[in-house]
Amino acid sequence: MKEEVVMETEQSIGSAFKQGSLAGMPIFLGYMPIAIAYGVLASQSGLTIFETTMMSVLVFAGAAQFMAANMMAQGALFLQIVVATFVLNFRHFIMSMSFMNQLKNYSLPWKFGLSLGLTDETFAVSALHKKETNKENSMFFYLALILTAYFSWIVGSFAGALLGEIIPSQLSDSMGIALYAMFIGLLTPSVKKEWRIGVVAVISMLLNFIFSEFVGLDTGWAIVLATVVGSLMAIPMMKEDDAS
Amino acid sequence: MTMLTILGMAIVTMVPRFIPAFIMDRLALKPWVNKWLNAIPFAALGALIFPGIMSVIEEAPWVGIIGGLVAAAIALLNVNVIFSVIGAILTVFLLTM
Repeated sequence: MKEEVVMETEQSIGSAFKQGSLAGMPIFLGYMPIAIAYGVLASQSGLTIFETTMMSVLVFAGAAQFMAANMMAQGALFLQIVVATFVLNFRHFIMSMSFMNQLKNYSLPWKFGLSLGLTDETFAVSALHKKETNKENSMFFYLALILTAYFSWIVGSFAGALLGEIIPSQLSDSMGIALYAMFIGLLTPSVKKEWRIGVVAVISMLLNFIFSEFVGLDTGWAIVLATVVGSLMAIPMMKEDDAS
Repeated sequence: MTMLTILGMAIVTMVPRFIPAFIMDRLALKPWVNKWLNAIPFAALGALIFPGIMSVIEEAPWVGIIGGLVAAAIALLNVNVIFSVIGAILTVFLLTM
């Protein structure tokens, strides 16, 4: 793809915000069932509705919250849960380096604020909307995208904690595919445009498989290593302006 | 104690998220570093999809794989991601009936 000359297109805050919310809609819909499932699990693990919801407000990281709820149910200790959370979420550090490079023209308070809303999904969708940074007020695009996802995550968790076991398990099992389907739905159009991207993704899939199944690393470290090694191997393959 | 654990989780999740906001602009980026950072989303997506997708239905790994293939097929039609999500959920629902 051709990189555009960096010249800001005019855009009002309201319009940036509206576009960002629209871009966040798939995450909104993808998060809702997962968040409800988390809420159900957390309340079954003995967390109160307040605790269940506050974990979503303060942590905002799906996989880690599922894991923590499970660990709490098994009576794990404070330190075990916190260390496991750190390991599982460390991938966000790598993603944030990429995201902050994308936002390099923003002021520090904006970069700081937006970095706090980084999840696998908000990162992936933002990375696929790189060209937004050429527009005026584009920070409101990313802010709205993140807030849309955040809102869905919190509301869904609260609803799940309230509903408890009303949702049939076959339906909630089927919902487990939602985020994977979103990742695939985000990746496929880029691969269609540039096959090298597909090679990069497949390499890190295989690396993750090897690291987690054969080397026996924790899921968290396996994903971090696969992402780092996979993207490093992409350097000689990618053209400078790929991935926009 | 539960709230304390949640606060601990919040801190160890937040810090790795925001540190790059402070360090990234101090680095003068060489072209290869830029290429590397641009490739991260795609490498991350790959690692997030596989092999995790095989554990959607713990005892039947192929259900997740088929759901994923349906999601990819729908995405090839250039429609919104939402349709991939709905299609995959329906597929898994039908396969586990």
